Amino acid sequence: MNKHVSPKMNRRAFVIGTAAVGAGLAIGLDLPFGGPAAARAADGTPEVNAWVVIKPDDTVVIRIARSEMGQGTLTGLAQLVAEELECDWSKVTTEYPTPGQSVARKRVWGDFSTGGSRGIRSSHDYVRKGGATARVMLIEAAANEWKVPASECTVAKGVITHKASGKTTTYGKVAEAAAKLTPPADVKLKDPKDWTIAGKGLLRLDTADKTTGTMIYGIDLKLPGMLNAAIKDCPVFGGKLKSYDEAKITGMKGVKKVVKVGDSAVAVVADTWWHAKSALDALPIVWDEGENAKVTSESIAKWLAEGLDDAQPAYVGNKNGDVKAAIAGAAKKVEAVYSYPYQNHATMEPMNATAIYTADKCEVWCGTQNGEAAFAATLEASGLPADKCDVHKVMLGGGFGRRGQTDYVRQAVLIAKEMPGTPIKLLWSREEDMAHGRYHPITQCKMTGAFDANNNLVALHYRLSGQSILFSLRPEALQNGMDPAAFQGVAQSGEAAIGYSVPNLLVEHAMRNPHVPPGFWRGVNVNHNAIYMECFMDELAQAAGQDPLEFRRKLMGNHPKHLAVLNAVAEKIGWTTPAPKGVYRGIAQVMGYGSYVAGAAEISVSDGNKIKVLRIVASTDPGYVVNPAQVERQIAGSFVYGLSALFYGGCTVKDGKIEQTNFDTYNSMRINEMPKVESVMVPSGGFWGGVGEPTIGVAAPAVLNAYFAATGKRIRSIPLRDQNITFA
Amino acid sequence: MANLTINGKTFTLDVEPDTPLLWAIRENAGLTGTKYGCGIAQCGACTVHMDGVATRSCGISVAEAEGKKITTIEGLASGDALHKVQKAWIAQDVPQCGYCQSGMIMAVAALLSEKPKPTDADIDEAITNICRCGTFQQVREAIHTIASA
Repeated sequence: MNKHVSPKMNRRAFVIGTAAVGAGLAIGLDLPFGGPAAARAADGTPEVNAWVVIKPDDTVVIRIARSEMGQGTLTGLAQLVAEELECDWSKVTTEYPTPGQSVARKRVWGDFSTGGSRGIRSSHDYVRKGGATARVMLIEAAANEWKVPASECTVAKGVITHKASGKTTTYGKVAEAAAKLTPPADVKLKDPKDWTIAGKGLLRLDTADKTTGTMIYGIDLKLPGMLNAAIKDCPVFGGKLKSYDEAKITGMKGVKKVVKVGDSAVAVVADTWWHAKSALDALPIVWDEGENAKVTSESIAKWLAEGLDDAQPAYVGNKNGDVKAAIAGAAKKVEAVYSYPYQNHATMEPMNATAIYTADKCEVWCGTQNGEAAFAATLEASGLPADKCDVHKVMLGGGFGRRGQTDYVRQAVLIAKEMPGTPIKLLWSREEDMAHGRYHPITQCKMTGAFDANNNLVALHYRLSGQSILFSLRPEALQNGMDPAAFQGVAQSGEAAIGYSVPNLLVEHAMRNPHVPPGFWRGVNVNHNAIYMECFMDELAQAAGQDPLEFRRKLMGNHPKHLAVLNAVAEKIGWTTPAPKGVYRGIAQVMGYGSYVAGAAEISVSDGNKIKVLRIVASTDPGYVVNPAQVERQIAGSFVYGLSALFYGGCTVKDGKIEQTNFDTYNSMRINEMPKVESVMVPSGGFWGGVGEPTIGVAAPAVLNAYFAATGKRIRSIPLRDQNITFA
Repeated sequence: MANLTINGKTFTLDVEPDTPLLWAIRENAGLTGTKYGCGIAQCGACTVHMDGVATRSCGISVAEAEGKKITTIEGLASGDALHKVQKAWIAQDVPQCGYCQSGMIMAVAALLSEKPKPTDADIDEAITNICRCGTFQQVREAIHTIASA
């Protein structure tokens, strides 16, 4: 374990941790999955339980299983543990347990996966119990020492007091004794209204090193004797490596080895990465591109468009009434087809991993959103058992879903395997990162709405055609072939439920999976579903001659939480008062990741195609807010990611390859394009929703609806780059 | 071989003259605070100061940097005293993942040394770094806080 510092410390801590398993000095916390007694901290301090180590100087070390990638989860989880622990926040530090340690302790730290905005919402219960359990044990240890009942002792900021005798002590002084006690069978958690550490906009715990250049990301790792690798995978997905002419680069400065990686990639290993990359660029490579080399954006679009035809098979995700009959008998109908492109995550730090392989050990250092998945990839690629492998997590230079995949980990281990005993750092060039993403899935959607003679919406047919992420990445999660996640935001119920009641509704998905690999991309299926549904709602309101907000409200009577956030943004943007001259408004709402969100934008448009986003308002009801300052930053950040996607984010396919190669052809928003973001948090309690992703969904439709208000023109295909629309 | 002056120290590095300054700084001088983002001077993650001017080090060769005074993020503080931009970044919790922030901080420090009280328009013109986490709002607020101090 380490505090995000050097790999050297990482290794040492791992050795100590492993040795301590035999010593049996620490006690295991029987949450959430139980497990044997285990590890000491890096300096030998016994843990009070799996989540809490307290050093003699009262420093509190909180273990964090989920990954920090900028979203603030590390700080938020520490706040939740510290809240129940009743420790002094100014003495809190954090460390990552390794997946290998967790597996050795029967997964005592639970799931390491950090995606789906689940970092806090799916672990708050057991991490808070971890803090509360440790508190009870620490108080009991003090009470035992004083020979008084624990019930007579109180604690505040890590200082335990027995009022009657006037005795006081600190957590650091009793931690060793507490570690030997039996944990309580059950603990009562605080009511969030009594929180003093959680729920507050405290500063992050990981900022200082990010301002001095001392934070270590995967790209920065240095190990003794380490070599650097650059890689090229077949640019056509599914293609193979046919041959390469190694003689052309032997003798180039610093080059140590050329390695075939799997059946589709080749890597050059050199003293520096610059030498490795330069040699790789000079290496003649012949690819066997295969059948996929015939695929283009046009051929994909044609295939997806065919899926919009009712005659083609489709999975039904949400249904009530009889849509087809209602449409047939309607007084008026409205129809529109929308589309959403492939998009690259484009994390600022390109994919990378460092590995050392010997016949009896394989260790990996990398930024990953899923330590256990990286661990599994290490096992598989090395061929070694779990007790001979481990993964050491470092800070991620962005994740957004991309680093939940482990392709780069597998490659690093395969290269290291060719050079046993030598640490290898594999780094992708930006061009490789653009060419080998796990892209936002591509879809189209045909929507048909039908009205009765009084302009009431009586039917809505929502037919998606396109790619399934689960089909590609988690086929075991398909339900009789159907991808339930495809209906995020338009589902009947659950954490991404539709916010409208329509008497006759049919939501279906014609699954069509092109060869370009899809991935979980911040917001995931909410992104396109929110654009389709919310822009079409605007079209329906227009057809009915009604105000877009009023039209929605009439359909939302059975969805009070959806309606509450919509009302909140409407109030904040001043929907009922006229906008200033030349300023136009758009509104949108959606539910995703267990949270209810809405957005409203004010824009101006010049020359018909230059958009200035003047204001953008977001409202979210995530149930509980653990750190409002970080939630505010996630909302603003999600809007930058979402608006970058709207204006610039499109990856196109030619000859089976992605055409965009770098930020010059795949642009991202800059500060001059950034609107003023206003956040309204309306946590209503009783449930735990996510924060990192949900609001991204409303950014694009709010702006698109405002663009219609300004110009009378509907945009049904993004990015706006391809419609000749830019930021002003 | 090249002689580079980085953070007031002279480094004699075994690099070819056409090596991008970024990689000489990271791999030869061992200063990894300066980040690689694109390699084509688009994103600004590799921003350093060259004779006080914000410069994208991936687009400059070692030969062009010789004889110039180079400052990286590691050399921005004066001893233990952090630069005002670093202090503001900590006080206002600007970074998210933080990967772009070395370059962002160097760009902002250069702007403030040229224009101690920049307007929003000055900021828009000078700060063109990409931040995929989307910290722009905090960056702008922190710049104004420093300027009004």
